[in-house]
Amino acid sequence: MRRLVILGAGTAGTMVANKLRRRLALDEWQITVIDRDPEHLYQPGLLFVPFEPEPPDLLKSRRGLLRRGIQLLIGEVGALDTENKTVRLADGGVVGYDYLVIATGTSPRPDQTPGMLGPQWHRSIHDFYTYDGALAVRDALQSFPGGRLVVHVVDQPIKCPVAPLEFTFLAEAFFRRRGMRDQVEIVYVTPLDGAFTKPVASRFLGRLLDERKIAVETDFLVERIDAERKTLVSYDEREIGYDLLVTVPLNMGADFLGDSGLGDELNYVPVDKRTLQSIAHPDVFAVGDANDLPTSKAGSVAHFSSEIFVENFLQYVDGRAMTHRFDGHANCFVETGDGKGLLIDFNYDTEPLPGRYPLGRLGPLSLLRETKANHWGKLAFRWIYWHLLLPGRRLPVPNKMSMTGKHRPGEEVRP
Amino acid sequence: MTTIHVDSEGFLTEYGEWSEDLAAELAARIGIELTDEHWKAIRFLRADYPSHGETATLRRVSVLTGMPIKQLFTLFPGKPAKKMAYVAGLPKPRGCV
Ligand SMILES: Cc1cc2nc3c(=O)[nH]c(=O)nc-3n(C[C@H](O)[C@H](O)[C@H](O)COP(=O)(O)OP(=O)(O)OC[C@H]3O[C@@H](n4cnc5c(N)ncnc54)[C@H](O)[C@@H]3O)c2cc1C
Repeated sequence: MRRLVILGAGTAGTMVANKLRRRLALDEWQITVIDRDPEHLYQPGLLFVPFEPEPPDLLKSRRGLLRRGIQLLIGEVGALDTENKTVRLADGGVVGYDYLVIATGTSPRPDQTPGMLGPQWHRSIHDFYTYDGALAVRDALQSFPGGRLVVHVVDQPIKCPVAPLEFTFLAEAFFRRRGMRDQVEIVYVTPLDGAFTKPVASRFLGRLLDERKIAVETDFLVERIDAERKTLVSYDEREIGYDLLVTVPLNMGADFLGDSGLGDELNYVPVDKRTLQSIAHPDVFAVGDANDLPTSKAGSVAHFSSEIFVENFLQYVDGRAMTHRFDGHANCFVETGDGKGLLIDFNYDTEPLPGRYPLGRLGPLSLLRETKANHWGKLAFRWIYWHLLLPGRRLPVPNKMSMTGKHRPGEEVRP
Repeated sequence: MTTIHVDSEGFLTEYGEWSEDLAAELAARIGIELTDEHWKAIRFLRADYPSHGETATLRRVSVLTGMPIKQLFTLFPGKPAKKMAYVAGLPKPRGCV
């Protein structure tokens, strides 16, 4: 039997396991998936938790999401030995592999910023990238008497880089609906030099922030949080006070990747950006947020790149050359509040542009323009995620980005 | 005078056109006089680029050289990642995606 081991059964690990189980013969291949946690969390749903009275159901059993014929081990991966091709679990178990797929994603690390964890954590200092964190934000927003709300990103890259902007738009709409918008000052604090990473989208989103009277503080790299004085302090000694802080902590890949020498300075696995094959070890691939691809860390990227990866992997284990090439394709719905949203679509070479996104019989959707349809698209995605994406079924969207419908604006970009 | 190729913001576009003399000149243009400490960061960036395939981020420079981020802010005030890349003759670091 040939042994394929997949570390992490999140978005990418589950998709890849299910796709490969259908393509690799049961009597020739053993597929083992390891995750620390028996339940799968629908992470895009976290964005809405702070604004809903009842927490939506975002969890499903991992076992139920994996096809028959896939072995699931629940356990924390503690160490990886690429010389002997073994994975060691924290409880001492050892699992050997012939081929390894790393899909352990990226996690918020509040421990990496001095002053973030402490008595004020989940009291005046919050994050919404975890389930408990999002619930605590909800309670804090409900009881917020007014004052300054600071939404903050520690550093890039983070998964779903638009999520903190979306949170800001939703919070603004939330206070407006409550009739207390004039008692709340909202400041968006970013290490980037604009609202977003790419120029056209950044100007566009910057304008939306402007219209909503949300102040933006750019080029702010936090050194520490002075929790007592409720102040963010940057490396260049700027200070920003808050009454309520909602931060996105530094995101990092799993520690065992750094420890094994396979990860970079943020524990991401350097891979060939067209094939997702590890630069250091050819029998190792890294899919989803766990790799160092220069595109967004997002479920859409996990999806598009997994399709490419699966075809390449089948060639690779057959001893053939890998002929499929990932182009960095990403697309994201961006909630902008009041039941509307935007859609952005881009890849390694093409930044998000305005226009229309063709979508078979359902489409087209508007790119970089606020519409209700985009909001509904975002909500529909939850069903698609559980029922089409994770089982590894084909979606009616091509994995390569297309220029159809897009246009490059002149200097002016109008919402 | 040798000619060099730069983008619209003045970042060198040809890795091979860089020299230590040029670095000193570029640094002077943004008001920086290069000391040994500056050179430690610049040399790391130059050496890292060909294998890594892109300009090192501030965090990468800090972790791999052991120079604290705070120190990099002192050496290259304001926007250290951009300023280091500019002096090292590398593309402007991609604001991540
Ligand atoms: C608030 C929020 C909103 C988002 N919104 C969107 C959106 O609208 N659209 C979109 O496309 N994407 C969105 N994303 C991003 C998306 O959820 C991720 O990009 C996607 O889940 C990445 O998949 P992955 O498999 O790489 O990682 P994950 O799905 O995070 O899976 C990693 C798995 O590895 C396991 N693991 C990690 N370390 C270990 C270990 N040491 N041992 C054992 N198991 C381990 C974890 O338990 C986890 O199950 C959002 C994310 C957040 C946080």
